[in-house]
Amino acid sequence: MVSNLTVGERQGALAILIVLTLCGLVMAAAAAGHGDPMEMHGYLVMLFSLGVMAILLRGFLAPPPSEARLASYYDDPIKVGIIIAMIWAVFGMIIGDWVAWLLAYPDATFDAAWASFGRMRPAHTSGVIFGFGGNALIATSFHVMQRTSRARLPDQLSPWFVLLGYNLFCLIGISGYFMGVTQSKEYAEPEWYADIWLVVVWVAYFILYMRTLARRKEPHIYVANWYYLAFILVVAILHIVNNLAVPVSFAGAKSYSLFAGVQDAMTQWWYGHNAVAFFLTAGFLGMMYYYLPKRAQRPIYSYRMSIVGFWGITFFYMWAGSHHLHYTALPEWVQTLGMTFSLMLLVPSWIAAANALLTLNGAWDRVRDDATLRFMMMAAVFYGLSTFEGSFMAIRPVNALSHYTDWTIAHVHAGVLGWVSLIVFGSFYALIPWLWKRERMYSPTLVEVHFWLALSGTLVYVFSMWNSGIIQGLMWRTYNDSGTLTYSFLDSVVAMHPYYVARAIGGLLFLSGTLVGCYNMWRTIRWSSAISAAAPDELAPPELLPAE
Amino acid sequence: MSIDHNLLVAVSKSVGLFYLIAMAATALVYSCWPANRERFNKAARDIIDDEDAPWQ
Repeated sequence: MVSNLTVGERQGALAILIVLTLCGLVMAAAAAGHGDPMEMHGYLVMLFSLGVMAILLRGFLAPPPSEARLASYYDDPIKVGIIIAMIWAVFGMIIGDWVAWLLAYPDATFDAAWASFGRMRPAHTSGVIFGFGGNALIATSFHVMQRTSRARLPDQLSPWFVLLGYNLFCLIGISGYFMGVTQSKEYAEPEWYADIWLVVVWVAYFILYMRTLARRKEPHIYVANWYYLAFILVVAILHIVNNLAVPVSFAGAKSYSLFAGVQDAMTQWWYGHNAVAFFLTAGFLGMMYYYLPKRAQRPIYSYRMSIVGFWGITFFYMWAGSHHLHYTALPEWVQTLGMTFSLMLLVPSWIAAANALLTLNGAWDRVRDDATLRFMMMAAVFYGLSTFEGSFMAIRPVNALSHYTDWTIAHVHAGVLGWVSLIVFGSFYALIPWLWKRERMYSPTLVEVHFWLALSGTLVYVFSMWNSGIIQGLMWRTYNDSGTLTYSFLDSVVAMHPYYVARAIGGLLFLSGTLVGCYNMWRTIRWSSAISAAAPDELAPPELLPAE
Repeated sequence: MSIDHNLLVAVSKSVGLFYLIAMAATALVYSCWPANRERFNKAARDIIDDEDAPWQ
């Protein structure tokens, strides 16, 4: 891998790693005097940089790569990105299921601060959203931008900087939660130094994307690129504004947000909901618009609809965040604005879901036979369902029932398990054989097993949380004849127990599917090409006779 | 003139409304413009098989 870098790129990488090691040293030294957790992060940065440096130095003196490499796409960082994404998936889902069991059996915990719910829960959300989802987006975007532009990445250093730098951010963030380092903003918990580092990485990512597009040989910019670019650009804006903060000291982890009170809440949920929109939707729609037509071997049903949907999503989502703050100190007109735009969002959301499903119209036999395509189809179904549910829950009186209950958890997981994870797994199963030049995945049967584990896990999870959420909501608003609440809060907690057990089982099913997927991907990667070429082609699309 | 709450509300209710409608109309016209049809169809077809190598 290092041998594919030019000598100049190797030197550039070494220089970056030396600077990063020194940054880590300064962080550790500055925080060492007063026992601040930033000291540990300093060591982490140093360890990470030295680890990457060790890999770099092992191949540093290898002969420079031949010019022939320029005639092919640059896929090394994509391959590594896929593997890293799957490692994060396993980590994030294990923590998630652990937390789920803790909610059902709260006594089954270690008597230690790091194992408390408040620290494990963000480790789960960041692990799956940023670790798994983010790496999947970065890896697939490198693939999509090159193929649709018919151009190789402009250099070989910046993709590694983006991929590894992003993972350093994830490591700093998540290790921080276990130590109690957090700025207490949901999905934006990492402290100021991690946030600044992410800005550097993200700007490099944006520049890399633009440089690749500038080199494109295909004049038309395929629609998937627009979705990926919206993801990169808007996440940059959101991240910078929401994380504006003043550190207590440059030698410590703690900082205070620039915003206070209801402005803080509004900024946070403007960020939070747009993180759903542009991190968990736009980029994954880019994935869907590229991998689904390719796997189905059919052009997207309506390219026009994909453009209308794109602009609809970018216009409308920006305004929807205030629906998280119904019945709060936020001015009522801002709440109404958020509700209205959330309802309008149903149009572009269903345009995308319908576009995907209509693309498959006429190829249902392939959906039946090919679990990879079925992953993508089911993702589109869940996308349609969860966006409908989201618009519905944004209506103020509906929100009065659903807010603060497990219904929200059901909605989020219909989105992230049913939509985001399924589209990623489908895309990976399509992409891995292409990248590693295999005829197909090592075991189509295991892809099938993964599909059914993932689907059943999602359904068990979502149905149990729907039940518990609505029961909670109703219990909290049931009055007796004397006009007081019928149930105490604790009554509702006790009533949740069976659903929490069911949720943890659903999570376990989903996690098992992910582990099966990891094994299958690993075997596919390790499968020598000679064997794969000779293997009987079990998954070749059957020669179906026309039904005349 | 100071920028106060009332002014911002007035701007968002007037200019804000029309610029959103104008942007939506632009996107809609662009995507449905008949001359763009062939370009879009080609773009949708061309990605189906693009794994080989970058164009030189």
